[in-house]
Amino acid sequence: MIPELGQFALILACCLAICQAALPLAGAQTGRRDWMVMARSAATGQFVFVALAYSVLTYAFVVDDFSVRFVALHSNSDLPLGYKIAAVWGGHEGSLLLWSLMLALWTLAVAAASRSQPLEFASRVLGVLGIVSAGVLLFTLLTSNPFDRLLPPAFDGNDLNPLLQDPAMVAHPPMLYVGYVGMAVPFAFAVAALLTGKLDRNWARWTRPWTVGAWIFLTVGIALGSWWAYYELGWGGWWFWDPVENASFMPWLMGTALIHSLAVTERRGIFKSWTVLLAIAAFTLSLLGTFLVRSGVLISVHSFASDPQRGLFILMLLLLISGGSLVLYAFRAHNLEAEGGFRLVSRESFVLANNILLVIACGLILFGTLYPLFHDAMGAGNLSVGEPFFNAVFLVPMLPLVFLLGLGMHAAWQKMNPKTLIGRLRWLGVAALLIAVAFPLIAYGSTGVMTVVGVTAGVWVTLSSLLEPVSRWLDSRAVRLTRAQWGMFIAHLGVGLFIIGASVTSAFTIETDRAVRVGETWEIAGFDIEFRGLREVEGPNFIADEGEFELRRDGEFIATLRPQKRIYRVQTEPMTEAAIDGRMARDVFVALGEPLGDGAWSVRVQYKPMIRFIWFGCVIMALGGLLAATDRRYREPVRERAEVKARVGETAKQGSH
Amino acid sequence: MKARQQRMIFIGLVVAGMAVSAGFAYRAFNENLLYYFSPTQVAEGEAPLERRFRLGGLVVEDSVERASGSLTVDFVVTDYYHSIPVQHTGVLPDLFAEGQGVVTNGTMNADGLFVADEVLAKHDENYMAPEVAESLEEGARRAAEPE
Repeated sequence: MIPELGQFALILACCLAICQAALPLAGAQTGRRDWMVMARSAATGQFVFVALAYSVLTYAFVVDDFSVRFVALHSNSDLPLGYKIAAVWGGHEGSLLLWSLMLALWTLAVAAASRSQPLEFASRVLGVLGIVSAGVLLFTLLTSNPFDRLLPPAFDGNDLNPLLQDPAMVAHPPMLYVGYVGMAVPFAFAVAALLTGKLDRNWARWTRPWTVGAWIFLTVGIALGSWWAYYELGWGGWWFWDPVENASFMPWLMGTALIHSLAVTERRGIFKSWTVLLAIAAFTLSLLGTFLVRSGVLISVHSFASDPQRGLFILMLLLLISGGSLVLYAFRAHNLEAEGGFRLVSRESFVLANNILLVIACGLILFGTLYPLFHDAMGAGNLSVGEPFFNAVFLVPMLPLVFLLGLGMHAAWQKMNPKTLIGRLRWLGVAALLIAVAFPLIAYGSTGVMTVVGVTAGVWVTLSSLLEPVSRWLDSRAVRLTRAQWGMFIAHLGVGLFIIGASVTSAFTIETDRAVRVGETWEIAGFDIEFRGLREVEGPNFIADEGEFELRRDGEFIATLRPQKRIYRVQTEPMTEAAIDGRMARDVFVALGEPLGDGAWSVRVQYKPMIRFIWFGCVIMALGGLLAATDRRYREPVRERAEVKARVGETAKQGSH
Repeated sequence: MKARQQRMIFIGLVVAGMAVSAGFAYRAFNENLLYYFSPTQVAEGEAPLERRFRLGGLVVEDSVERASGSLTVDFVVTDYYHSIPVQHTGVLPDLFAEGQGVVTNGTMNADGLFVADEVLAKHDENYMAPEVAESLEEGARRAAEPE
């Protein structure tokens, strides 16, 4: 009976979403106030019922209700409680429900913050969010109902995929989803601006913190996924350019372009139609990411054929949401007039270059991700696009981007004397190059062209991000940085650390697969590793062979590593659990392979210098975003009049040029 | 410099940059396309001898052999119609097993042995790489046909 309550709540939520979509939009169009004010209550109601449905499904997992098909497929009575709760998003149906819950949460937050905005605009924003929500809830109800019953009920469940039974994997999907779904907010703001025909700096100011917020979650979500792949998949890599990873990375690239373009729109009242287009693109890619990954279409076009209903619905939804907004854009974008101009050397130009390069990278990754699907759909045979393609098409636009980033942070708005800029940063560039040449030689005893290029880029951005904070700290009379400026410098510092980590790791990683016997000691990257023994251990729902390895350097004990080879009782598949001695400077990674006969085991040992900088850099980026999004000016109510005055003043100034 | 000239330089730089990127992308793309072939296609000479490709199929039961204590492993991949011997040195993925689907990346050597530098097994028990499923269907169909 209880699961049916969940389904009923979901149907009610869907009805409320339709109300939230239809009434406020119609009200804003016809000027009916009573319809417009409906938006907030509909959003609240929708949240209550989606949350109820979500709680019911969680409850079904907690009490092991295997008469619900979704629970029977993704849980088991032996599964630890934490994983039972997390198993809700361990499959397609439940993760859609999580998606809806996140959207309802964002909507609720937008509704609460919308009181300082004109009613007409706020209703349009909530109306657009309602359309998205109604589409997804309908999709859930019609094609992927998580509350479907299984008759007769299963005696026990099929268990959660062992790969997902891991703390990072528990946090990864919700983080990513908050980010994906959060991109719906700037999208709704953009569509609302197109409908209103007015996009001013207040608009950009309202949109910015939401966009940065979504971007923060996306950043952390992707980093968690990468970290998980690193230690859980047992290969020791941190990024594979797998279609599923690309699906999350593309919205991130677009979102990054969007937050930069929004900054220009807020400060200078230009790049308006471009910003709107980026907002539409970022959300479209988020939708693509969620649906295509979960429905399996990205793995193969054939899953369209195996479940045509789902595939068709997804296509229709994408067509409606993205196609519709693009049509609206085509008709309305000419209304968005630029409020000023800028010179070649100015902050605006640097942001423009950032945007172009990010969009190029994203476009090429999209091409590489979707090309195999088209090729296959045309009946031209099966192929895949290799990792080196993605590395090349990503790095080629990123190099100029990173070079320009170091300059752009210090460029003034509107116009700047290039000599001043270069004069200020010249020695920084030289220092970056010297460090990049010396550091790998000293630390790792060798170097290469790509290493020098990569490390130079990373050090350049790192130093450039530190320049302003450090010089103001040294000069006691200097004006203090605003929180938003701190945010910018810290986020870019994260980018610099990330690049250093990625360059050093890819240049100096040592990966070995080796056949070893108990008692054997061997050497890797100056460390001695001894295979000390093997024993059987038992977990709550698995048994495992656990190896014991001792890590030493110059005879001095460093750590004992215990990698496992697990067999989960229900799904009976082997699973590698790597053991890692992680330090900021380097990781030593040990994974058990399989018995090779004759008492030998295959063992994978890897030395990964500075790999932590990759995830640490992402965390710093997110932290910078957090500072920028919580700047004081976003917390104050908008002072309409002061804003107008400032703008009039600026227009007059431009006229006098 | 006039604003117009500046703008032209800027646009010129952007166009040049895009042309260079497009060139790089095109080259990288062509070099890294990895075509998939079934054992039957390989046996019939459709697969290239000089470049890497993907070979997929079922690992034949009792075909996995390794010299005791060695990292090098030999196995046979079939689509029920033709079979190709494969060799790989390294740690095999968790879900690699006899009688299961597998996709391998590598090159053919002169003796007709496929030397795989990468072995990928399915993601979970319900899932088989779709291209492998397709080759198995096709292979079974052709095996059933009278010669």
